[in-house]
Amino acid sequence: MTDSPLGPLSEDGLVRLLTPAGERIASPAYDEHAASLTPQTLRGMYRDMVLARRFDVEATALQRQGELALFAQALGQEAAQIGSAYALAPQDHVFPSYREHGVALVRGVDLVDVLRLFRGVEHGGWDPVAHGFHLYTLVVGAHPLHATGYAMGVQRDGLVGTGDASRDTAVLTYFGDGSTSQGDVNEAMVFAAVNQAPLVLFCQNNQWAISEPTTSQAIAPIANRAPGFGIPSVRVDGNDVVAVYAVTAAALERARTGGGPTFVEALTYRMGAHTTSDDPSRYRTSEQEQHWRQRDPIDRLRAYLERLGELPEVFRAELAGEAEALGERLRTQVRAMGRPAADRMFEHVYATPHAVVETEREWFEAYEASFEGSGR
Amino acid sequence: MTTTEIRPAVPAPAGGVQRLTFAKAITAGLRRAMADDPSVMIMGEDVGRLGGVFRVTDGLHAEFGSTRVVDTPLAESGIVGTAIGLALRGYRPVVEIQFDGFVFPAFDQITTQLAKMHYRSRGQLTVPVVIRIPYAGGIGAVEHHSESPEVLFAHTAGLRVVSPSSPAEAYTMIRAAIASPDPVLFFEPKVRYWDKGEVDLGPSGTAHGAGADLSILDTARVVRAGTDLTLVAYGPTVATALGAAESAAASGTSIEVVDLRALSPLDLPTVAASVRKTRRCVVVHEAPVLYGAGAEVAARVTEECFYHLEAPVLRVGGFHMPYPVAKVEHDYLPSLDRVLDAVDRAMGF
Repeated sequence: MTDSPLGPLSEDGLVRLLTPAGERIASPAYDEHAASLTPQTLRGMYRDMVLARRFDVEATALQRQGELALFAQALGQEAAQIGSAYALAPQDHVFPSYREHGVALVRGVDLVDVLRLFRGVEHGGWDPVAHGFHLYTLVVGAHPLHATGYAMGVQRDGLVGTGDASRDTAVLTYFGDGSTSQGDVNEAMVFAAVNQAPLVLFCQNNQWAISEPTTSQAIAPIANRAPGFGIPSVRVDGNDVVAVYAVTAAALERARTGGGPTFVEALTYRMGAHTTSDDPSRYRTSEQEQHWRQRDPIDRLRAYLERLGELPEVFRAELAGEAEALGERLRTQVRAMGRPAADRMFEHVYATPHAVVETEREWFEAYEASFEGSGR
Repeated sequence: MTTTEIRPAVPAPAGGVQRLTFAKAITAGLRRAMADDPSVMIMGEDVGRLGGVFRVTDGLHAEFGSTRVVDTPLAESGIVGTAIGLALRGYRPVVEIQFDGFVFPAFDQITTQLAKMHYRSRGQLTVPVVIRIPYAGGIGAVEHHSESPEVLFAHTAGLRVVSPSSPAEAYTMIRAAIASPDPVLFFEPKVRYWDKGEVDLGPSGTAHGAGADLSILDTARVVRAGTDLTLVAYGPTVATALGAAESAAASGTSIEVVDLRALSPLDLPTVAASVRKTRRCVVVHEAPVLYGAGAEVAARVTEECFYHLEAPVLRVGGFHMPYPVAKVEHDYLPSLDRVLDAVDRAMGF
């Protein structure tokens, strides 16, 4: 046994560019990337974090009102999501898990569409190609393999290391601390490493896999595993949007220029429940929740912008209005989603006609039609 | 992978009618598909320089290079999972699972991810992945090398499941499977790999449309006409059924043999038309009888042909047990005698 090994939640060695009070800390390795964030971009990040938070609150309320079957909050993970998403280029492709609503927002997905899945009217909800943002994957840890294969395709397309920043392409996949115990995530690292795929494996360690703490998944920092696969890794303060941006930008740049995959672990905290079906009071203390509330990622960026004198009152007022409007639009449009026609369930089972599906559809339509005057 | 890799010039595939083994017919189909469509690639364990443990991909690595014929890490879920990602990027991966019993680490990726991607995206995404699986028994192999798991996949909507029964069929069906926009589980009866038959490779050269006719993935075929009883088989048991028909003919029973070719979709009209004529039906497969393809065929034939039947639909197949040791596998497998026994029982009703 070595002396006092680092646990999986250790904050030693985390890349941090903003203190919880919003003071900028110098970091020679990442200052250059952080410097590209203009006040205007920082305000854009702040806006998106506030809107993502509003989305969370509104969607949770809609679930409580019976308008959604379920909702998975991203509360507290806004810096990890918005910071990493801002580092993406338009041609990059994202493979999210099921909680990356902030990334969806940055990739231009209408957040109303994200709620189609939770309303129960779609399994997907948006155009994954148009947004470079794949559909959510609910089976934990299954999609990093898809991201790896997609990145192998990007290599075959000759879009890595061309020297043309507008063409070089990377793939970013999000997963949580729990999913790193899945074989598929580890296989993704094997395939990404041996192919030197243009991939960033982005682990949001939010400290909870439903009720199980990260200590049920690991006894050492999760990012320490990646070098064993030959993949460099970095741990970043996931509630520091500037640090997350800088670390992810460096990793994506490395991927696009042919440097291979990088594993990023963003240490953050799931401030809400796993989903609206969960009850965190059964397995964690309010003291811990209070501790992390005091390290709210939105408060940290606000404090930084205030120190810079770059958060004018007119911007705040406009943002408050925008958040209100988003809430109103979510409420109205979710309630208007209605119920898809039942026979739509037979569509797209296959890309080409399949006799069994066609026969069953015909039977179903005849059965429905047999209820004379039922209006079905 | 480096961008400076030298890619060998692709020679034009040979044409004409050739006498090939079942395995080489698949090789020829793969070669033709790769020559016709640069997005087609091969992935799997030992498929490169070795040419696969059954040599089905023999020569393709030398012809097409290591970006198109990929020796993967030894991880089936990883192979299928990355194939899905490649397909989402526009490639057409043809994956080899080395043996039937090794497919299960990939079961989640196949049934939960691959099968559902088109559906859950409401048609916005297609994943044209072909998964080749050498399957079934009869070669004296060790444990996990002789299984017939096809129904587990046929039960999953979103997958097409097919199994060829002859070299000519294998050549045409593999090209159709690769051309299909749907994921296809392609079950190769490994005991037949060394059987020879005439295969029409078409004109030599490239770019004449890889397996453009997809109907072979949807349709059963009558491989022997008869009047007294219909034997339904697929993959390795088609030859068994034809042998049984030959024997029965000597004793005056005329048997029609239907090769299903596909388990998903199931071509019921072809089977039902045959049974309405013969009025008796026996289904033969290596997979265990319990909940097997024979159960599905029997139920549907009973529903469709109830007033034509002279006897209940009978099934001949594996027993409800793990695949037994090689020294007794021929007592487990549906042999010609066991098929004839079922024929006698059906005729005796």
